[in-house]
Amino acid sequence: MTTVLDRPPAKAAAPPPPKRYGERPSIAYLFLTPWIAGALLLTLGPMLWLLYLSFTEYDLFTAPRWVGLDNYVRMLTVDPHFWNAVWATSKFVLISVPVQLAAALGVALLIHRRSPAQGFYRSAFYAPSLLGASVSVALVWRVIFHDWIGHPDRALLALVLLAVWQFGAPMVIFLAGLQQIPQEYYDAAAVDGAGPWRAFLKITVPMLSPVIFFNLVLDTIRAFQVFTGAYVVSNGTGGPSDSTLFYTLYLYEKGFVEFKMGYASAMSWFLLVVIAAITALLFRTARSWVFYSGDES
Amino acid sequence: MTGRLRVTGWHAVVILLLIPLLYPIAWLFLASFKSGSEIVQSLALLPRDFILDNYVALGDDLAGVQAWRFFVNSTIVAGGCALANIASCSLAAYAFARLRFRMRGVLFAFTLATIMLPVHIITIPQYSLFSKLGMVDTFWPLILPKLLATDAFFIFLMVQFMRTIPRELDEAARLDGCGSIRIFGSIVLPLVRPALVTTAIFTFIWTWNDFFTQLIYLSSPERLTLPLALRLFIDTTDHNAFGPMLALSALAIVPILLFFAAFQRLLVEGFATSGLKG
Repeated sequence: MTTVLDRPPAKAAAPPPPKRYGERPSIAYLFLTPWIAGALLLTLGPMLWLLYLSFTEYDLFTAPRWVGLDNYVRMLTVDPHFWNAVWATSKFVLISVPVQLAAALGVALLIHRRSPAQGFYRSAFYAPSLLGASVSVALVWRVIFHDWIGHPDRALLALVLLAVWQFGAPMVIFLAGLQQIPQEYYDAAAVDGAGPWRAFLKITVPMLSPVIFFNLVLDTIRAFQVFTGAYVVSNGTGGPSDSTLFYTLYLYEKGFVEFKMGYASAMSWFLLVVIAAITALLFRTARSWVFYSGDES
Repeated sequence: MTGRLRVTGWHAVVILLLIPLLYPIAWLFLASFKSGSEIVQSLALLPRDFILDNYVALGDDLAGVQAWRFFVNSTIVAGGCALANIASCSLAAYAFARLRFRMRGVLFAFTLATIMLPVHIITIPQYSLFSKLGMVDTFWPLILPKLLATDAFFIFLMVQFMRTIPRELDEAARLDGCGSIRIFGSIVLPLVRPALVTTAIFTFIWTWNDFFTQLIYLSSPERLTLPLALRLFIDTTDHNAFGPMLALSALAIVPILLFFAAFQRLLVEGFATSGLKG
């Protein structure tokens, strides 16, 4: 980053002599000025500030007070709500992601067929994923499932259903992936006497595995960030008995309701580390089941 | 004959799946014409008594503010974010796709990594920054990050799109004496218009729906956006408030449905291809 900083975005009128990096490299920084400012002031800077805050007691109005590892210790060993939040979020992610992806793949396979209606069906299945994050739909869920939201397991189930309902987003990605598998593969398999199930296992799944992987990573990260549904359905409490206290909801409560920003910063770093670890883990397992057509030998 | 039967069967299965999927949306619109007590009692689609009272009730103040104000505020925020994203992301994407500079690969990888960064994590330090700048309870904390190209997903989308433009066009323009700024403005931008439109509409819809950020930054009644206005209904137990709540909920998603109806192919395909190339 320092090299970027050292070069002020020069005016196009005074080009420095062309170097190894192409004609007038400074012009690139002119285009990148907003991006550089954003990356430094709104991403990298805040990340470091967040790390510092996580070792302090901070209520926004008085200066942060250094408390060392206190926030982390309290979070991991004392606070029962923290572990309730981890538990509720884990259950939600572990149930909603596989079910949503299975629904997405199933419906993608179903509507992957040469038909003038396919475009319309694709859009109709996709529509809920544009609406699902809205407060409007969350309120509809609150009314439709009002018998469920007083019961811990069912309240979580209602939120899982809300997530699964939005399977259209991964579905359109699956569908685009299916359309890239050459028909000749299936024709050849049919000549060899393979049935549809065998063709699915031996052609569709491996050919689609990069897309399955992409959807799995993105959906998992997305599931960790669900907030609106949990907030609206539980009226901001995460209840009953913390069953819908998603991590983001608890983070919001600590940071912006109780203004315990040091504690919430420690929670933020914990979430970041967990998401990074899960992503790394998924990438590691990918080596054994994701096939890229470049190296199919 | 069996072929036609199979096609009909296929349509039937797909439609049978679509009915429960689209039911909640249809229910929302039709229930907004029901009385409060009927809303609580039944999940039937059609109103027993078709009434307009819920929409009429929206004419009254909510938290001392007229309902149209929430639409105006949401439009300012979502429209501002859409324009800001078009401008800032296209500039950054052009640099990443076409210009050569030091550490381009590293910086682009960093951009891609931030797509996975949950907004909730970065909110606390950003909030403390915006509060020091005196911007809390204004629209700036919502729009400014978009002006500074922090929405990496759209940079990525535009880079993918720009890479499909033949380089010969740039080179021909360069021979004619055009600099990067002219090439960007008169060659690249017009050619990536579909990506710009996709960016604008997705940004608009996602910002229009966004609850978390607006909840954190906006508090004055006259600055509330639609999601925040709807939030005022959450803790109501009064059945009479359920009607206006659903009426406002229904109105709030009308713009999304209109955008979707107008641009569905562009949106679905823009979303699908961004995924494939990831």
